[in-house]
Amino acid sequence: MGSLRGFYGSMVGKKVVMGVTGLIGVGFVILHSLGNLLVFRGPAAINSYSHFLKSTGELLWALRIVLIVAVILHVIAAVQLTQQSRAARPIAYTKQERQVATVASRTMRWGGALLLVFIVLHILHFTTGTIKPAGVFSPDDVYANMVTSFRIWWVALFYVVAMLALGLHLFHGAWSSVRSIGVSPPSPQPLHHRISLAIALLVWAAFTAVPLAVVAGIVR
Amino acid sequence: MNLTLHVWRQAGPKAPGKMVVYQATDISPDMSFLEMLDVVNERLTERGEVPIAFDHDCREGICGMCSLMINGVAHGPMKGTATCQLHMRSFKDGDTVYIEPWRARAFPVIKDLTVDRSALDRIIQAGGFITAPTGGAQDANTILVPKESVESAMDAAACIGCGACVAACPNASASLFTAAKVTHLGLLPQGQPERYRRALEMVDQMDLENFGSCTLHGECQEACPKEISMDTITRMNRDFIRGRLIGTRA
Repeated sequence: MGSLRGFYGSMVGKKVVMGVTGLIGVGFVILHSLGNLLVFRGPAAINSYSHFLKSTGELLWALRIVLIVAVILHVIAAVQLTQQSRAARPIAYTKQERQVATVASRTMRWGGALLLVFIVLHILHFTTGTIKPAGVFSPDDVYANMVTSFRIWWVALFYVVAMLALGLHLFHGAWSSVRSIGVSPPSPQPLHHRISLAIALLVWAAFTAVPLAVVAGIVR
Repeated sequence: MNLTLHVWRQAGPKAPGKMVVYQATDISPDMSFLEMLDVVNERLTERGEVPIAFDHDCREGICGMCSLMINGVAHGPMKGTATCQLHMRSFKDGDTVYIEPWRARAFPVIKDLTVDRSALDRIIQAGGFITAPTGGAQDANTILVPKESVESAMDAAACIGCGACVAACPNASASLFTAAKVTHLGLLPQGQPERYRRALEMVDQMDLENFGSCTLHGECQEACPKEISMDTITRMNRDFIRGRLIGTRA
C-alpha cells in the first residue's frame, strides 16, 4: 500500500495512471466507433448488435465498470496534475511563443472537460434514456433512437463538436499515453506520430458519419 | 542596427518587477546577444542607472549559465544554441525584442533576468551520480560498452543544466533535465547499481521542487540548446515504473 501511495504521489505515477486509463479509452472508442457503423447496414444490423451486447450480462457490466473506473481515475489525475502544473508557473510570461505544441496538445485540458460533459450527457441520452431530446426512447430500438435524436439539429451539432474534441484528444493522447507509460521506443522524431493520427481520423470519421448521415437524410 | 528592448526589471527577490523599455542603438549585427546587452548596460552605467542583471559565463555554449526568454522563446530564435551563441544578425533593424527571465515557481528571480536554478542542483544531488569507483583511464577501457549505448548516453550527457526546458515548458516541468541525467547514467554499466533508485529519487526531488508535470508538448526538446530528445523522458518513466512497482535492485 505504501509503495502504491509512493507511486501515485509522484507526478510521473499520475501520468502513468493517465496513460493506462487513456489507452483503455482509446481501445473502447475504436470498438464503439466501428460498432456504430452498423447503422449503415440498416435497423436490424445495429439493433441485433445492441441486443447481443446486452445479452452478455455480467461481462457487459464488468466492461462498464472498467470503463467508469478508468474515466474517474483519468479525470482525478488530470485535475491534480493540472493544478500542480498551473502552480508551477505563478508569474506568466509577457510573451511566450509556442514552437511545436499542437492544437491537440494544447486543448487536452479544455477538450477533456468537454468530453467529460459529453460522456455524461451521452450516457443519459442513449444508454439510460433519461434525456429525451426527441421525446421518445426505446431501449430495444437503438436505430430509431439515433435517427429521431439526430434529426434535431442541435443534438447533431453537439455530437459533431464533441467528436472534434475527441479526435484532437485522441491525436495527442494515443501516442503520449504510450510515452507516459514508458514503452515507446526511441525515435529520431519523437513528435512524429502517424499511427495516432490514423486512430484519431478513423474514430472521428466513424463517429461523425452517423449524425451527419441522419442530417443528410442518408440514414432515415 | 537599432532595437527597442522590453526588459524585465526587478530590484530583488521580494521586489515587484515590471517590463521597462530601452532603446539599443548602433548595435553591430556581429555582436552576440549578450554583447548587445553589455553595450546597453555600459550606456546605462554612463547615465548613472543600474545596469540590467543577467547570467552569463563561458559565452561559448558549454557552461549553461546564460538564460533569457527572448521574444517568448527560450534562448531566442536560433535552434540548438544557448543565448550566448545567438547573434544580432538573427534580428532585423527596428525589431522590438522582449527579454524576460525563466519563469517557474522553482526558479525564483534573484534580480532582473537572473534566476536561482539551484533546484536543478538538488535534483542532481538526489541521484545524478554514481558511487562505483571507476578507476583510471585504462580501467574505463576494460569495461566494454555497446556503441549505441555510448552514443545515446553521450547525447543525454550533453545537458548543460541551463533550465531552458523548464522555461519553455507550458507546465514548467523539469522532466527533460531530469530524464537526460537518468538516461545518461542509466545507459552505462557504471550507472547500473543505482539505476532504479536514481530514477525514483530524482523524480521525487523534481516533485518536491514544485516543477510541473510533463504533457509531452515537445517544447523542451525544441528549446534545448543541446537538442536532447524527449525519448529520455520515456526512459525515465520506464525506470521509475520499474523501480516503484518491482523494486530498486538492479
